[in-house]
Amino acid sequence: MPSTRDIRRRIKSVKSTAQITKAMQMVASAKMRKAQLAALAGRPYAALMNEVLAAATAGAGEFSHPLMEVRPVRKRALILITTDKGLCGALNTNLLREVARVDKGSVAYVCAGKKGAQFIARTKRELAAEFTYRDTPQFAEARAISRFAQELFLKGDVDAVDVAFTNFISTLAQKPEIRQLLPLGEIKAVSADVTGDSAAADLEAAKQEYLFEPAPGEVLGNLLPHYLNYQVYQFLQEAKASEHSARMVAMKNATDNAKQIIKDLTLEYNKLRQANITKELLEITTAQMAMG
Amino acid sequence: MATLKLEIVTPEAKIYSEDVDSVTLPGVEGELGIYPMHIPLMTQLAAGEVCARKSGEDHFLAVGEGFVEVTGERVAILTDMAIKADDIDEAKAEEARRRAEARLQDKLGADEHATVQAALLHSLTQLNVKRRRRG
Repeated sequence: MPSTRDIRRRIKSVKSTAQITKAMQMVASAKMRKAQLAALAGRPYAALMNEVLAAATAGAGEFSHPLMEVRPVRKRALILITTDKGLCGALNTNLLREVARVDKGSVAYVCAGKKGAQFIARTKRELAAEFTYRDTPQFAEARAISRFAQELFLKGDVDAVDVAFTNFISTLAQKPEIRQLLPLGEIKAVSADVTGDSAAADLEAAKQEYLFEPAPGEVLGNLLPHYLNYQVYQFLQEAKASEHSARMVAMKNATDNAKQIIKDLTLEYNKLRQANITKELLEITTAQMAMG
Repeated sequence: MATLKLEIVTPEAKIYSEDVDSVTLPGVEGELGIYPMHIPLMTQLAAGEVCARKSGEDHFLAVGEGFVEVTGERVAILTDMAIKADDIDEAKAEEARRRAEARLQDKLGADEHATVQAALLHSLTQLNVKRRRRG
């Protein structure tokens, strides 16, 4: 049987926990709004670029680019985009479970975010490089990651590059996804735009020969790397929007739970206090009666 | 009369999406005028001024470098910067230009240098477009 003092102490500690989770919830919800807007604003660009690229590669005729080369896959690289910090529910766990599921050996990992790097170290997988990205992802950060992946691919160290990230669907739903980034040769069939819209239907009609100015090699030579950089940038933004949404929800749940516990404990405390008073009164009256 | 769907999209937002009669845009190899039923064309965009003609009225936009895809009924412009001429804040652009020029005096890494150079180009383009409209 806990004493009233024990219960008081517990109420106090739960209260301070609730204060922290409440503060984190506020911070996350402010950041979430910004990150969500950024992720949603980037989608039309990503989708349009995908359309353009798909039409261009289909209409370029004989043209091929080293980044489009399809080789038999002996080794893959996986860009793993996770969060830096925890306390965001099952976000990272879900993503890493998905990664572990598709991992069939001979995968080199490129990590963005500390949680991913920790996972690679813990499970003794091969880490090719580790990158960081800020709360508001910068295009330069995405470019660094994407360039590194392109180099690996062009050198022939890996034959395919995938990206694992958490796609933002809504505040309450985020979906871990693995998308192929390289080689680009296979992308035109899928039209993998970030929104998952049905742009594929229009693409069939758009399969016509394009006139390139100045030359196909030059235009696509510039467009392809830019496309990859931007793709990674969009993935980073989706991941950030997911992270803040997940953290907001997780912290809201934590705050609600703490409030419930405080309510229960207060009830218990009052009951105990009352019982103690009754007991004392009884003792006094019995003592009086014995004396009298 | 046939129209063209002009779409101008930047990483931040969709800036312009309307049916227009014709588009004039700065390609890397010179200015291009595009009318409906143009043959499919893919080219690179240079920083400069896009002019969209819609029912006799001209709309001007300042754009950064990027890519253009033209099909018979659509012009898609992907660029890192786009702003309508009316929305350009001259003082702000001037300020940005001065800041970028000052930054260029410092020693910068190759990546950073490119970023600042791009920022400078953006502000210069905005200023050019704005001043030409007025003058």
